Amino acid sequence: MINKTVNRRQFLKSSAIAAGGLSLGFALPGCAPEASSEEAAGGSDVSAWLTIDPEGIVTIRVPCSEMGQGVHTSLPMIIAEELDADWQLVRSETAPVTPGFVNPLTGSRGTGGSSAVRRWWPTIAKAGATARDMLLRAAAEQWAVDVSELTVANGIVSHAASNRSAGYGSLAAAAGALEPAMDLPLKTADQYKIIGTPVKRLDTPSKVNGSALFGIDVRIPEMQYATLAASPTFIGNLRSMDESAAMAVRGVQRIISLPAAAQESAGVQDIVAMPDAVAVLADSYWQAKKGLQALNPQFDDGGAASISDATIRAEMIAALSDEDAAVMRNDGDVAQASSGAQRVISADYMAPFLAHLCMEPMNCTAHYKVAEDGGESLEIWAPTQGESHVLNVLQRVFGLSEQQITLHTTLMGGGFGRRFEADFVLQSALISKAAAKPVKLLWSREEDVQHDYYRPTSASRFEVGIDDSGRPVSWRNAVVATSVAKRNFAAALVNGNDPFSIEGAVNIPYDIPNQTVTLKEYHSNIPSGSWRSVGSSHNGFYVESMMDEVAVATGKDPFQLRRELLQNHPRFIAVLNRLEAESNWQSPAAAGRFRGMAVHECFASIVGEVAEISVSDTGAIKVHKMTCVVDCGRVVNPSIIESQLESSMIDGLTAALWGGVRIKEGRIVQSNFHDYRLMRLRETPLMDIHIIDNDEAPGGIGEPGVPPSMPALSNALFAATGRRVRSLPLEA
Amino acid sequence: MKLTANEVEYDFEVDEDTPLLWVLRDTLGMTGTKFACGVAQCGACSVMVDGELQRSCVLPISAVEGRSVSTIEGLSTDNSHPVQQAWIAEDVPQCGYCQSGQIMAATALLERSPNPSDEEIDSAMTNICRCGSYSRIRKAIHRAIG
Repeated sequence: MINKTVNRRQFLKSSAIAAGGLSLGFALPGCAPEASSEEAAGGSDVSAWLTIDPEGIVTIRVPCSEMGQGVHTSLPMIIAEELDADWQLVRSETAPVTPGFVNPLTGSRGTGGSSAVRRWWPTIAKAGATARDMLLRAAAEQWAVDVSELTVANGIVSHAASNRSAGYGSLAAAAGALEPAMDLPLKTADQYKIIGTPVKRLDTPSKVNGSALFGIDVRIPEMQYATLAASPTFIGNLRSMDESAAMAVRGVQRIISLPAAAQESAGVQDIVAMPDAVAVLADSYWQAKKGLQALNPQFDDGGAASISDATIRAEMIAALSDEDAAVMRNDGDVAQASSGAQRVISADYMAPFLAHLCMEPMNCTAHYKVAEDGGESLEIWAPTQGESHVLNVLQRVFGLSEQQITLHTTLMGGGFGRRFEADFVLQSALISKAAAKPVKLLWSREEDVQHDYYRPTSASRFEVGIDDSGRPVSWRNAVVATSVAKRNFAAALVNGNDPFSIEGAVNIPYDIPNQTVTLKEYHSNIPSGSWRSVGSSHNGFYVESMMDEVAVATGKDPFQLRRELLQNHPRFIAVLNRLEAESNWQSPAAAGRFRGMAVHECFASIVGEVAEISVSDTGAIKVHKMTCVVDCGRVVNPSIIESQLESSMIDGLTAALWGGVRIKEGRIVQSNFHDYRLMRLRETPLMDIHIIDNDEAPGGIGEPGVPPSMPALSNALFAATGRRVRSLPLEA
Repeated sequence: MKLTANEVEYDFEVDEDTPLLWVLRDTLGMTGTKFACGVAQCGACSVMVDGELQRSCVLPISAVEGRSVSTIEGLSTDNSHPVQQAWIAEDVPQCGYCQSGQIMAATALLERSPNPSDEEIDSAMTNICRCGSYSRIRKAIHRAIG
């Protein structure tokens, strides 16, 4: 699952940059074309991973979208470590979307799956080592000494015997003229000076003075502003609008229809799933918004009017009994073990569609250009996590080649999986082409809430056989869920089934010899997408809640029950033991306080959490404290790990307490933050986070803290009330 | 229309009902102040108008004409303001989108109450942070006073 090694030879190339420094890039055979002559000349080196200017400033280009997870700091730390750079002189920026910045393991450009450090470490560490070697050789040549006599630290090369030293900046130009060496040895962990330390994020300074440029901040000459309304039922058709009223609004320039059918000829209707929509283009966003109001577009329901929360729930529950569900795991003999069990406990769980609610509403700036000779090109500035996906869609819809599209990835105000989608990018390009103008498309928050690609809704049924000693001996779990992969990750399907739907259910760590896990897809015209921690966001809740039910049924301490079933998983045991100690689990909670625990592995990291809560007389839940222990393998930056866990716990608690869209007559009921509740500062619990540092391969950190927070909370709620809430959200 | 923003006087023409947020962003080119909800729910658009914290997404320009506005860009461009310093020391931002508004809200709180209690922070800091940077926001506010 992790740590595939890069066995393709990497071709590094270097050049002296115009200003007289070092520029080092590398191309990966099979992924990238040979460097152009212009690049090789160093004029505009589009594949340069790192540059060192004469002042010694090291600029590292990061091929991952920064959406809060700290990747514009963590990846530079890995390069800077091997480079022996002075961290104070390191800067980072988003890499251009070019073949030189395609991930060699995935063959694509995109950011997700808590994978940046895992997927890039081996590749980028070598770039740092190669640059360091070139700088050392440049110094050796200059001083006419052997490289072995040199030492280097903090970006300064020294020759002790002659008492000479030189900063990287002064060596960069000479280093750039040398031939890069390949596959140099990397440091061992005991040599790390930057990796493992809580260095400050490189992007913080620009984020405290308003200078950080997000997608919404892009401004290009002649740009006009667009906003739009899409069919509320996702499958409705535009039936009427008042164009003359809209055109009468000052500043409104055009009305542009964006029919869902526009996707069909390109065959991308399934993967984009863009509903029928209409956009208003104006001289300012505010005028576009007023124009849209005046336009008052009306959509029919497309036949979706009968769809509601109640119908979805009833259909999913019915599907739990479906006999033709796909068997995704089948260990031992569940039927036999179950019939021989002392007792079988069973329960049905459910979770709703969840919206992403990125703080920055969906937006994109596009310029579709037609040259005088008729040549077409498209330039896009997008807050996107899915560059390869987006480019594929744009190429297919507009019939353009890769070379005709230039995509710039901007900073983004949250992603959480939502910004993997291509809808808002495609819409902006369609509008720009129709208007023959550069266009910034910006959705209202209401559009964002009502036209998301929601975390799948799902249901889960457990039948757990328990023997005389209180040990689970059979585990049957039927999962029903809407599919993410069927729409836009077809390559991930396993025998036509969506592996994301059963993440966290099909791979439970517990030593239960007889296990059957089945999956039945639930079809919905409300589109599903990746949401932070994907399948584990629901299956983690289900499995760890069910484990708590087993503990209650058998009278076992939930830590002890898990330890009994995890004897072959020392890393889980270490997390459990540490969590038990740090949360003072074995000491009673304060009067009126109750605790619940859960542990879950996803994205190659194990996270255990204890929630401590109280419940008011009216049933309101107050989360006082979260204790969290993580084993994410080798630690790159403990401060970023801590902030990602805080973030993940708030995300998970918010979803468990209040999350979910309500559906009535085929449309989303909520529209903004007043009716889709998000946790605020005053509701934020104390968070006590502990990192188990070890030599294991690095795991992900953006998502693994989310899943355990939901069952830890619901298990605490059971401890407080004796009532098992099996359907989220808890405060429905 | 006339407006003073970060001690500079501007003269411009926009529709009278245009919210201050869009004047700042689209007319004056100060994009540090952010749009997130448009209904004064989240505080991403927080600015000071004549020293009072306001959510600029619902404040028509006609209501602030001739008044003095200060935005995140006006705190300091070199990050020397104590609240910016505290935000850097605690490494508060994640995606960073809401942080202009958070910093303006914290600055307003600290001007009103130089040594706020946790309860005061709870009631004053109502802005939404979707990344959940709240614990560090609290720490940074406490640090800014020390």
